[in-house]
Amino acid sequence: MNGPDRFEAYDDHEGEDSHEELGGHEKRDNIRNENGIRDERRESGPGGPGPGDEQGAGDRQPPQIPMPRASVEDGSLPLPAPPPPVRPVLEHPVLKSLLGAWALAACPAEEAAAVESHLGECGACADEARRLREAVGLLQRPESLDLDPGLRTRVLESCLERRPPRVPVPDWAVAYDAETARLDALLQDFGDAEWHAPVRLRWFRGDEPTSRRTTVAGVIAHLLSVDGLVAVALGLDDPLGDVASPHPTPAARTEAYWRASHFPPTRAVRVPWREQSHRLVRTVSFTGGGFDGTRVRYGDFELPLHDAMLDRAFECWVHAEDIADAVDYPFDPPSPRHLHRMIDLAARMLPIALAHRRSTGLAAPARQRLVAAGEPGRSLRLEIEGSGGGEWLIPLDSPAAKGSAEHEVAHVALDGVEFCHLAAGHVPPQEAAAGQVGDKEAIRDVLFAAASLSRM
Amino acid sequence: MAKRDVPPRWDRRMQQRLARGEAAALGELYDRFASLVHGLAHRVLGDERAADNITREVFVHIWEHPDSYDSQQGPLRTWVAALTQRLAVQRLRATETATLAREGSGTTEELERRVRRASVAARADYIVQSMPVPLRSALERAYFQRRDYHQTAADLGITEEEARRRLRLGLQLLSTAHDSEAPGAPPGYGGAA
Repeated sequence: MNGPDRFEAYDDHEGEDSHEELGGHEKRDNIRNENGIRDERRESGPGGPGPGDEQGAGDRQPPQIPMPRASVEDGSLPLPAPPPPVRPVLEHPVLKSLLGAWALAACPAEEAAAVESHLGECGACADEARRLREAVGLLQRPESLDLDPGLRTRVLESCLERRPPRVPVPDWAVAYDAETARLDALLQDFGDAEWHAPVRLRWFRGDEPTSRRTTVAGVIAHLLSVDGLVAVALGLDDPLGDVASPHPTPAARTEAYWRASHFPPTRAVRVPWREQSHRLVRTVSFTGGGFDGTRVRYGDFELPLHDAMLDRAFECWVHAEDIADAVDYPFDPPSPRHLHRMIDLAARMLPIALAHRRSTGLAAPARQRLVAAGEPGRSLRLEIEGSGGGEWLIPLDSPAAKGSAEHEVAHVALDGVEFCHLAAGHVPPQEAAAGQVGDKEAIRDVLFAAASLSRM
Repeated sequence: MAKRDVPPRWDRRMQQRLARGEAAALGELYDRFASLVHGLAHRVLGDERAADNITREVFVHIWEHPDSYDSQQGPLRTWVAALTQRLAVQRLRATETATLAREGSGTTEELERRVRRASVAARADYIVQSMPVPLRSALERAYFQRRDYHQTAADLGITEEEARRRLRLGLQLLSTAHDSEAPGAPPGYGGAA
């Protein structure tokens, strides 16, 4: 073990494939003076900041910047720690095995002293010690990896302009692709504490706010379970597998998934969630046109595939916000283009939600009972402000009626993100900061109908 | 966390999908490598906007030339890292050369030294990210948390001998960051370039 081969530890162990990644194992005798990275993170080590010169080390010029912590035999400085009275007697192989710990200043003083005295006698160890000390200077804290979330869209767009894709992602699936990527990026650096941080899912049942406690990992399990409805509609595997859900609703599937695992969900849920979301985007890319008639069944209602993908994008954002709140991270709303589509979906679902509320006695009865399908009917103008906003005319008396400016009876103005929070059940309808003009009852019914779009 | 456990099959499939012009594959590629690419570019260039631009260049290059990756030569991750570093170092050299020409201060040698330093730092980052987790966590304990190797062994539930071995091996791997053919040449990890 005391030959000049400095890499026996490397060669003897760790069969992982990093060998290929790290590459070239040629002899490395030409590196001595190529340092120049100053170690700024440690004030000093047992060797102290040395002069860093390596006279006699070769024919190169001396480095401009002192070595972080020169080997003791290189410098003329005294040891900062006084040598202990009794040094342990250590054999060469042990001393050699200590070189890494020594270079990192991770040896107790007496062992460090033993190493240093050995370096004066053993050239091979001295060479390695110098090399390892230089390597310590290369250790740097990872940079903050908070990528600008908008960068993904910009980069992908540049790519696709330069070489148009033969298999594009359908434009109705782009929001889902972007939102799942944003959530995944948020999860990137989560440790166990974050994965198990408590989260309260909130939504409206009837006209009452309701909630369910879970964790960050539990939220991802929820997204996995409900995205699974789209997977099933596309003929892909159901992430619930053999787990039986009493009802095919989002909430029942989620509860079933949670119940089926013996332990609360962990970070392990991230990979299946992410793989499924990638698979969904990929599948609709290849067969987008072929799924035109496909409807996704949510148990008590269903949506065309295009809308279901938008709905899943919306839910992904809403729950990403829940998660970000739970761990106190900032999280931006979707890009205006995607936000607009999500608002449009909610606006299109409002007449059905109104009719449903009416049939269950929660909303005022229709005023015009006989609006023929496709005919203009009493309408509410929904004005959504901010980027991604727009105006929608919501027919009030029948989902089949056409929104009509001439039959406008009320006008509501509200910020886009605020409207989405309302539709997600995160803002009570009474508190939705809306500018309101016109028929109070109609306004109330529409705001409550928006909240009723929310679910677990 | 480095995703090292990705089988080579994933790399080959990805390349085929990119070659087929599948936009969804491009998104997946970005999701897997963007933080690696951006982090390395930032380490070389020290500037957010410049790192964004390199990130774009790297993905545009892969998307336009998916065949330039050879899976026989090593993992896609390594190749992407090498490509990033090459483009970032090129950019650094171009920027520095322009500054030198404009201001006339400094020398070509200093320029080359800065370029080399940035390039070694980026390679070191990549090595740390891709080294086996047991080695990385030992280094993190000993260096960033200032635990001595006895404490590191106790923290990780390993023998002291094993802790010494991991620290030494980790630094040996890291020291290979200094090895490259010539300053600014394509880095030599795994023969990727």
